[in-house]
Amino acid sequence: MSDYDYDHETVRGFVLSSVFWGVVGIVIGLWISVQMWSAGWNIAPYFTFGRLRVVHTNGLAFGLGVGAIFGISYYILMRLTKRPLLFPVLARVQLYVFNIAIALAALSLFLGMNQSLEYAELEWPLDIGVVILWVMFAVNVFGTIIKRKEEQMYISLWYVIATVVAVAVLYIVNNLSIPAGWDKSYHLFAGVNSANVEWWYGHNAVGFVFTTPILAMFYYFLPKSTGLPIYSHRLSIIAFWSLIFAYLWTGAHHLVYTPLPDWIQTLAIVFTIFLIAPSWGSVINGYYTVGNDWSKMQTNYLTKFFIWGITFYGLQTVQGPTQGLRVVSQLIHYTDWVPGHVHMGTMGWVTMTVTASMYYIIPKISKTDLYSVKIANTHFWLVLIGQLMFSITMWITGIQQGALWKAVSSDGSLKYTFYETLIRNYPYWQMRTIAGVIFTIGMLFFIYNILMTIRKGKALTASQG
Amino acid sequence: MAGDIYRKPILFAIASTGMILVGTIVTMVYPMLTPDMHPKMEALKPFTALQLAGRDIYQREGCNNCHTQTVRPLKTEVMRYGEYSKAGEFAYDRPFLWGSKRTGPDLARIGGKYPDVWHYRHFENPQAMFEKSNMPQYAFLKEVKLDLTKVESHMKANDFPFTTSEIATLKDRTEMDALVAYMQVIGTSVRKKEVRAVAEASTRSREKNPFAGDKKAIELGRKLYADNCQMCHGENGKGDMGPSLADDVFFGVKGDLADDDYYEVINNGIEPGMVEEGRIAKSSMPSFKGTLSREQIWSIVAYIRSLQGK
Repeated sequence: MSDYDYDHETVRGFVLSSVFWGVVGIVIGLWISVQMWSAGWNIAPYFTFGRLRVVHTNGLAFGLGVGAIFGISYYILMRLTKRPLLFPVLARVQLYVFNIAIALAALSLFLGMNQSLEYAELEWPLDIGVVILWVMFAVNVFGTIIKRKEEQMYISLWYVIATVVAVAVLYIVNNLSIPAGWDKSYHLFAGVNSANVEWWYGHNAVGFVFTTPILAMFYYFLPKSTGLPIYSHRLSIIAFWSLIFAYLWTGAHHLVYTPLPDWIQTLAIVFTIFLIAPSWGSVINGYYTVGNDWSKMQTNYLTKFFIWGITFYGLQTVQGPTQGLRVVSQLIHYTDWVPGHVHMGTMGWVTMTVTASMYYIIPKISKTDLYSVKIANTHFWLVLIGQLMFSITMWITGIQQGALWKAVSSDGSLKYTFYETLIRNYPYWQMRTIAGVIFTIGMLFFIYNILMTIRKGKALTASQG
Repeated sequence: MAGDIYRKPILFAIASTGMILVGTIVTMVYPMLTPDMHPKMEALKPFTALQLAGRDIYQREGCNNCHTQTVRPLKTEVMRYGEYSKAGEFAYDRPFLWGSKRTGPDLARIGGKYPDVWHYRHFENPQAMFEKSNMPQYAFLKEVKLDLTKVESHMKANDFPFTTSEIATLKDRTEMDALVAYMQVIGTSVRKKEVRAVAEASTRSREKNPFAGDKKAIELGRKLYADNCQMCHGENGKGDMGPSLADDVFFGVKGDLADDDYYEVINNGIEPGMVEEGRIAKSSMPSFKGTLSREQIWSIVAYIRSLQGK
């Protein structure tokens, strides 16, 4: 079968939708970053921090993240099974449903429909929409894999399969609730139990939305763009199984020092530390793959994105387990350190890997070269600087907050009121906004580059017409 | 043989599911089947219709994005917020609202800390009370009446006890009323302050203010008063949300209190129903134990005395 019979329209549709929702999410991110140091930027009732923050997180996790996962997974799937999607029409319908669902999700969050479960804020009617989308995805993934033309399933397919099953289990269980009208529901689980279920979900949403599908991209596009084979197949086997096994034990590290039974917290901390091993299995595999020819870092612009991406994944998976430790948690939990940590993962690892994968895909399906490698390099340096400035600023803020909350005078009384500890964050929060602007400019360079590449491809097809 | 799994997608999916279910069952499903995960404090009551409506608004406005509701068992945290959180306090919380970020302070012990009027003013315009506060203004809640059909269906969904006449009394209540009612019930199933019998006057030996009349202490007290007390008791103690401190009416009863009663009120705070020297408190005042040292509290007492011309 010829390369050009693959359904690339749907892949491109998902890529562009993902980028669109990404811009929405990032702009709202900038907006709420300003609200952090200037309350006047709140416009009640629809655009206060409390409502916008969830549009930011959901827009980026579900809009940018899941949109990219759908599109890029389909691309990888077709290549690795050596056949088109089994149900191309279904995939096209999925694209439309996806965009409608994200638009309605954003609207519902502006209106204050919010389950108050982190990363599962959407109310039950939208949850049903998400489940339908996921079933559509699963049907195409499994259908296409079962009817594949290549017997062996490559590493990326393992990660896609794990993503499909894990997200299904996590999302359905945590969203079980008692409806009270079409716009409101109450969690089926109460109190400490509700907390335990939510963070079992919340942590693994990070695991199976921001880790496994992104690793699927990494394992596929790194060898593709460098022309170098993955260093160790055995290492990738060990890393895969131990990663998906260990991840599910660790949710309670989000609940250290809460009233949740201590043994669940401790068990979570132990497995969190263990998780460094499989995470670094992939990091090492990436490094050694390029280790055969480090000159690729200079000669191939995509290699930079993937290697720096996996580096941030590596840093992230060492910093995360450290935070789980009680001695560290008691200082940095509830402070800005944690958003600093999250943003290294999302702005470093996830967006670098996702945008690089798009840089690979879009020229291929537009049957042309990238519009400008120079712009891609500018994009790279801007998002790198923006992200580092963002994360490091937030870590410093977090340590300061934690320390001020704990500070006592010589007579044993607390040294600072909460208000005093709050206003000392403002200079850092202003710096964070600047970092966000730098990152956003980088992302705009990326989008321009992608759009111009598509345009170039269209012009070329027309002229050959 | 083992390598076969990479050629059998269904088997592979089943194996992956098995892998993710082990940790899920041990840390999430199993605990749910034990009583440890379903504790309830003796004093904990289901939310009333007004309180639940307030909690719904708390969720709608995403308050949990900036405020936690769990005090960790850490020394300085207990000093700042009060008794650490107990598992049994949350039996009626669907979902839990512990949060994950403290952009604003923890609210696990906010119930009864301030009088209602404090919350009304603060929600309406936080910056009027804390100039550089980054909290959004929620004045619009005053304008919105509760939707009673929703209130009723929400009570039903939670299986909380209510009567239709109880719901009917909420006809003219606003969303702001509901939110304040919710604020005042958070964390109150754990007793915070000692309640003494009404008739009981202090029997301990009277303690004198070591800084009485001390100019330096009065000056320090003035500064501390401006930072900690003025917001409620007004400039020069003339009264505002809180009662005047310059007159001789305390707890609604004429007649001064002794220095160490002043000290005790500042140190421990008060809440409705609490008794001080046979006088019953009708409102709330936060405790400054932990935030103010002994010397600082005595300095404030010295300053208040200077306002009274004593």
